[in-house]
Amino acid sequence: MQAYLTLTRRELATFFLSISGYVIIAGLALLVGLDFVTLLNSVGTDSVSMPITQLFFNNLLLWIIIVLTAPVITMRLFALEKATGTFETLTTTPVGEIQIVAAKFTASVIFFILMWLPTLACMFIVQHFANQPGALETGTLCSMYLGLFLAGCFILSIGCFASALTKNQVVAGMLTLVAGMALLMLNWLAQNISPGGRWPAQVLSFFNLSQQMIDFTRGILDTRVIVFYLSVTFFFLFLTLRVIESRRWK
Amino acid sequence: MNDGLMIEVENLTKRYAGHTAVSGISFTVNRGEIVGLLGPNGAGKSTTMRVLSCYLPATSGSVRVGGLDVFRDSTEVRRRIGYMPENNPLHLEMRVREYLTFRARLKGLGFRRSRARVDVVMEQCSLTDVSKRIIGQLSKGYRQRVGLADALVHEPELIILDEPTIGLDPNQIRAVRQLIKSLAGAHTVLISTHILPEAEMTCNRMLIMFEGKILAADTPDNLQRLMSGNGQVVAEIAAPLEDLCNCWAEMPEVEHYDVSPADGEFFRCALTPHNGMDLRPHIFAVARDRGWYLRELTRNRHSLEDIYVKVTRPPEEEEGA
Repeated sequence: MQAYLTLTRRELATFFLSISGYVIIAGLALLVGLDFVTLLNSVGTDSVSMPITQLFFNNLLLWIIIVLTAPVITMRLFALEKATGTFETLTTTPVGEIQIVAAKFTASVIFFILMWLPTLACMFIVQHFANQPGALETGTLCSMYLGLFLAGCFILSIGCFASALTKNQVVAGMLTLVAGMALLMLNWLAQNISPGGRWPAQVLSFFNLSQQMIDFTRGILDTRVIVFYLSVTFFFLFLTLRVIESRRWK
Repeated sequence: MNDGLMIEVENLTKRYAGHTAVSGISFTVNRGEIVGLLGPNGAGKSTTMRVLSCYLPATSGSVRVGGLDVFRDSTEVRRRIGYMPENNPLHLEMRVREYLTFRARLKGLGFRRSRARVDVVMEQCSLTDVSKRIIGQLSKGYRQRVGLADALVHEPELIILDEPTIGLDPNQIRAVRQLIKSLAGAHTVLISTHILPEAEMTCNRMLIMFEGKILAADTPDNLQRLMSGNGQVVAEIAAPLEDLCNCWAEMPEVEHYDVSPADGEFFRCALTPHNGMDLRPHIFAVARDRGWYLRELTRNRHSLEDIYVKVTRPPEEEEGA
């Protein structure tokens, strides 16, 4: 446990000791800011019957941002340590592989959440100018951030896996980006193929990510979706663990 | 416990895809010893160390550290080992004290203990002055010492150092050697190097590796004796050539002699004794009795350099030479 906490702290500190963490946060703030402008435009002067949180996520742009930021956060995790050789000093300490994977994943998820926190400001600004008190509720706000957290776990676990596969950060980043883009395409398919009731369509419906996020932003917690996101996360973390352990079978 | 053996390696083989890095080596290291693993680049030194430090599994054979199998009791073995890999990888963005504390905590030291130990090893490795500097901005010598301090921080029984003095200047090398020597007794140390004088100066025992095999294993002195067994003596004497030749031919201790002219009236005599005895007193006595000028009298000492070259030279080259 001590090793896990120590490692998580160091991993998290790495984002802020170098400029990379600040650049990622600034980049995200810019993109979210642009999204915010389109939101303000769409609100205009007409009355809207959606909570602010849903307005925010009403387009695919937010998902694209998530898919873009994930590789930047995760590509470093294992690949850099393997490239510089610190992976050797890390794995020759009495720290279990599970702790290493868990610590790196936890740190990336915490960073992901920290990265989204500034968006709270946007919410409060809209609420300030909205004339309905129900425009922003704590419940929907929490469920929106829960959705973000789960989406983050989903994509960051894929990133962890990609980073564990290689010692080249660019390869790791690219793999994550491709996986993320593939998810967006599945999302597009899920929205555009008529549900025939057969099993392919049902499976596909799980990848209707933007609709799922909209549900979260409306305060709807669908356990199937939560279980799906968490299972994918654990599956990829398990694969990561296997990849890290594989050096012991070779 | 287990009769003072720290490392027991039996028939260790490590194959990578396509080539065998280490093939069937066996050796043991006693507690408190400093052992040098010596060999040219690519001899399998680093691979052996990586197996010992639990980073890589062995293809076959058994490796035990302090009586524990490195594969089955990996975590426990890693707790007892301080390992500094080749090229000494460090987190360059961290500060010295921060890094060492981080490592100490990873190795399971408690909060107070890690603080105390970090202070001790920083003192030991003369890092106290740079404790707040960023590692990436330190010179190579300092970085090397940070790596050493990291290997020492949890007071391991066994310290494995892969090429600890590579890329340092002579003063820094001397400092690092001093440090390694000071570890003897309390710790067992296994260092790898391809620089002979280093092993000669710091180690109690040397294992010479070449192409994945151990070719020789002994103390530096014994290896020395092994090689210079014939004890050839060279003397430069000013005397008539005939007298010299007769004298050596009559001397019972001399088995073989070879006289060649040097500059002036001096001759260079290379004398090989019977059964490795020391000829020098006899030669001096002869020169004194006959009133010859003697200006040089040396016993050929094979440096370890020769041993190394001889042992590690591929056989076909040796035959050709």
